[in-house]
Amino acid sequence: MKVLSKIYMVLIFALLYAPIIVLVLFSFNRAGTFNNYSEFSFYWYKELFRDSTALDALKNSLILALSSAAIATVIGTLAAYGINGMRNKYVKTVINSITNIPMMNPDIVTGVSMMLLFAAASAIPFLNVEMGFGTMLIAHTTFNLPYVILSVLPKFKQMDKHLSEAALDLGCTPAQTFLRVELPFIMPGVVSGFMLGFTLSLDDFVISHFVSSSDFKTLPLYVYNQTAHDVKFSMYALCALMVFAILVLMILVNFAGADRSNNKKKKKTRAVSKI
Amino acid sequence: MKRKTFLERAAAVPHIVWMILFIVAPLLFVIYFAFTDASGKFSFSNIVNLSNYGNIFLMSVLFAFLATVICLLLGYPLAFFMSRLKPSTQRAVVLLLMLPMWISLLIRTYSLLALLDNGGLLNSLLQALNLPTVKIVGTPGAVILGMVYDFLPYMVLPIYTTLSKLDIRLFEAAEDLGCNGVKTLFKVALPLSKSGIISGITMVFVPSISTFYISQKLGGGRFDLIGDTIERQFLMNNNKNVGAAISLVMMILILISVAVMNKFGDDDGGELIV
Repeated sequence: MKVLSKIYMVLIFALLYAPIIVLVLFSFNRAGTFNNYSEFSFYWYKELFRDSTALDALKNSLILALSSAAIATVIGTLAAYGINGMRNKYVKTVINSITNIPMMNPDIVTGVSMMLLFAAASAIPFLNVEMGFGTMLIAHTTFNLPYVILSVLPKFKQMDKHLSEAALDLGCTPAQTFLRVELPFIMPGVVSGFMLGFTLSLDDFVISHFVSSSDFKTLPLYVYNQTAHDVKFSMYALCALMVFAILVLMILVNFAGADRSNNKKKKKTRAVSKI
Repeated sequence: MKRKTFLERAAAVPHIVWMILFIVAPLLFVIYFAFTDASGKFSFSNIVNLSNYGNIFLMSVLFAFLATVICLLLGYPLAFFMSRLKPSTQRAVVLLLMLPMWISLLIRTYSLLALLDNGGLLNSLLQALNLPTVKIVGTPGAVILGMVYDFLPYMVLPIYTTLSKLDIRLFEAAEDLGCNGVKTLFKVALPLSKSGIISGITMVFVPSISTFYISQKLGGGRFDLIGDTIERQFLMNNNKNVGAAISLVMMILILISVAVMNKFGDDDGGELIV
């Protein structure tokens, strides 16, 4: 049974990774076909970097991901603070369920609904709405918001209310209390909300597909355009690079996480030994 | 009880304004477009004409349903076995499971295409061995395979999370009391991981039924699913009214099925795993 379960796991993971591994291997194939592996070369990578639109797309993706995650983090953190303090259960439920709509809805519905809104707004002359960075920023911030709130709100709930009351009693203004007592406490939630938003934004294709224009393309949109017709091996190179980037990022995050918990353990043991 | 400060009252306001402008208003536009014709007059014709798209709806539901069932059948044992591994190995395996989730869906679908396409690796290998080539891309199987391949981790992860929280002694007790492996699975593991199964099913079914990239690439353009139809109405035909009507119906179908599923689950509800 044990052996069988191991075989099963290996098999499923092999199937899950096979296409990705094939893609990475063949991105180094100079011949650019699957028929023969002529020689190992970086030809397709060079070809990729010769294409300035790819680099532009990467830059656009990073700018968009950073700014939408930042805006969503600020609005979402404040919202979590407000929602946590609300006493009216009914209002709370309504806000929470509307917030979660972009998370529940299929991306394509969120995308087309945004598109309709922007199309309607562009009919108003003084607003000057055009599909591009602005509309993308709004759309990405909107779908990031629920994830930020979802990671910050539990932190507020975990916090001891008396802490902020004590700060107020000791003469802090509400703003000071928020900045000095509450914000440090909820910081881990804020950071993970930001990271989540950042990666979701980098990854998003479907919603962007409906609210973008040709002059602001992100990396997923570029991949989509390039893969629309025939197979290009420079795309395999790009995909391989993205896979590598994610791999490195995940290993780093994991090591950082392991490191932190180790440090914590060390601190704890030190504290114990002092006692 | 302390009095509510101004900051507390005002903090949620930007979010509420944002919500009304960019979540509620867009959805109202979907409803508005679904019930008007091209000239902006109120009409039911879009909704009535949806019967023309009946086949598309049926096919999409069928494909997404099959993909979800296959994901559940393949994914549940995987999640179960994962939850029984040593804790240190579990960490590594979970990472291995999550890595594909971080790779863009476009890339994963495209890599599957590279493997299965007519000039792809599989057929090149078959050719080299003088075997007849197989035509996979462009068949319904390829589309369903694409959905399973892309969304399997989303099924496994929530089930694994609920299973790994279970007390291992529950299984030992069941075995001590005379359950065999199969009985333990059906009487202990399955009922206790219901919430994980339900969120897994939602996380596979919703993206499967609304996809358009998978069907475009792996279906070879032969299968029009709901997602393809919506995309075309909005970006090519420019018939926003019909597109909005289809989106509205799909959204309502999904909301109803999610609500029904959550009713089936315990009231602790499905856990959200990102």
